[in-house]
Amino acid sequence: MKITIIDYGSGNLHSAGKAFERAVREAGFNASVSVTSDAEDVRASDRIVLPGVGAYADCRKGLDAVPGMVETLQEMVIQKAKPFLGICVGTQLMAERGLEKTTTNGLGWIKGDVVEITPNDPALKIPQIGWNTLEMLRPHPLMENIPTGTDGWHAYFVHSYHIAATDKNQIIATTDYGGAVTAIVGRDNMVGTQFHPEKSQKLGLAVITNFLRWKP
Amino acid sequence: MTLKTRIIPCLDVKDGRVVKGVNFVDLIDAGDPVQAAIAYDAAGADELTFLDITASSDGRAATFDMISRTAEQCFMPVTVGGGVREIADIRKLLLAGADKVSINTTAVHNPDFVSEAADKFGNQCIVVAIDAKRVSGEGEDDRWEIFTHGGRKETGIDAVDFARLVVSKGAGEILLTSMDRDGTKSGYNLPLTRAVADAVSVPVIASGGVGTLDHLVDGVKIGHASAVLAASIFHFGTYTIEQAKRHMQAAGIPVRLD
Repeated sequence: MKITIIDYGSGNLHSAGKAFERAVREAGFNASVSVTSDAEDVRASDRIVLPGVGAYADCRKGLDAVPGMVETLQEMVIQKAKPFLGICVGTQLMAERGLEKTTTNGLGWIKGDVVEITPNDPALKIPQIGWNTLEMLRPHPLMENIPTGTDGWHAYFVHSYHIAATDKNQIIATTDYGGAVTAIVGRDNMVGTQFHPEKSQKLGLAVITNFLRWKP
Repeated sequence: MTLKTRIIPCLDVKDGRVVKGVNFVDLIDAGDPVQAAIAYDAAGADELTFLDITASSDGRAATFDMISRTAEQCFMPVTVGGGVREIADIRKLLLAGADKVSINTTAVHNPDFVSEAADKFGNQCIVVAIDAKRVSGEGEDDRWEIFTHGGRKETGIDAVDFARLVVSKGAGEILLTSMDRDGTKSGYNLPLTRAVADAVSVPVIASGGVGTLDHLVDGVKIGHASAVLAASIFHFGTYTIEQAKRHMQAAGIPVRLD
């Protein structure tokens, strides 16, 4: 199995790569993990990860700047239905548009825009930074055997925006931050987390391992 | 379900080595920040902060290597501060494996640097570190000013005003250190912490002065901090991260114990 993590000049890819390597090692997969900005590498891969840290517009610009990458993603994820995992802004890019600082088109895979989170408690700070639990709206193989709900394991969030998904069937999990905040979205062979699995200690490693096992 | 209050150990490093000793029982090399980071990861720390006090460029290379090795072994969020002067510095730290970068002196001299950094990397990874000292006299209303260069150089800038300014420029978090309290073990400067936390819309990390577990509770309950940072009480094994969390939980503060 060939896993590619797409490098488009955004943020912290080192730890994402290392977290995947560790999950591969600990679960005993026969798999290679590569962090790449080469569309041909992505075209040859079995599983695709789109990470992302940063401002939405800047991330989209970075993705567009990699020759052939957006077209390759469309081909591999939409036509060839390869398992796809988005992380943070990588997840937000799955939406139709991002409204951070300016309006930017996303990949249009998940219905809805990326909007600022607006907690109903004015004492809650923006960004949401830290560890929070997940509320599953529907079961998903990504979260198999991971305790969720109030007494469940925690995921690490650091964000001011989330996908306001208009098709509720595409929201898999939320987290509570003065109201429901989108935590996991997905459909078919694609799934995306607003939190950072690569920073979420045991929950994160379990999520990554589940993604590697997932047969959509 | 709610966001948990973070406990953040802070390691001072120079040329890739821990400066103020770390005194864990099972650590083979107490000066190795990566080993300390692994120990804190295992102990349940919610984030880790490295304060890099390296001056030379050779030493900076050691810092990048340290961050990179930490990120290879710890799947927890890491903030790095110290010596950040240019956008390229931030990019290098993020690429090495830092999740957030803390800006101190450069933000004081050029607040627009904060907006430039936030536009580029997103507000969520830009922390502004504010070192403040009380300047008001006895009987006067509390007033604190920003000090740079490890608290040696006064700037005449009001700390609360400055916090508001950098947040308006895009800072995603404030790391607030009381220079009066730092190293005293007498507790956070609660009026300062509260004044800043109540003035800004972003999370404030309280820092400087922790000597007991009650100080952590006070930082959150009285100081309104979103996260609490401490160094020596954890480094010297006075308390474990878990003891700190249990103590905070008993005081009614939500913490992560998984």
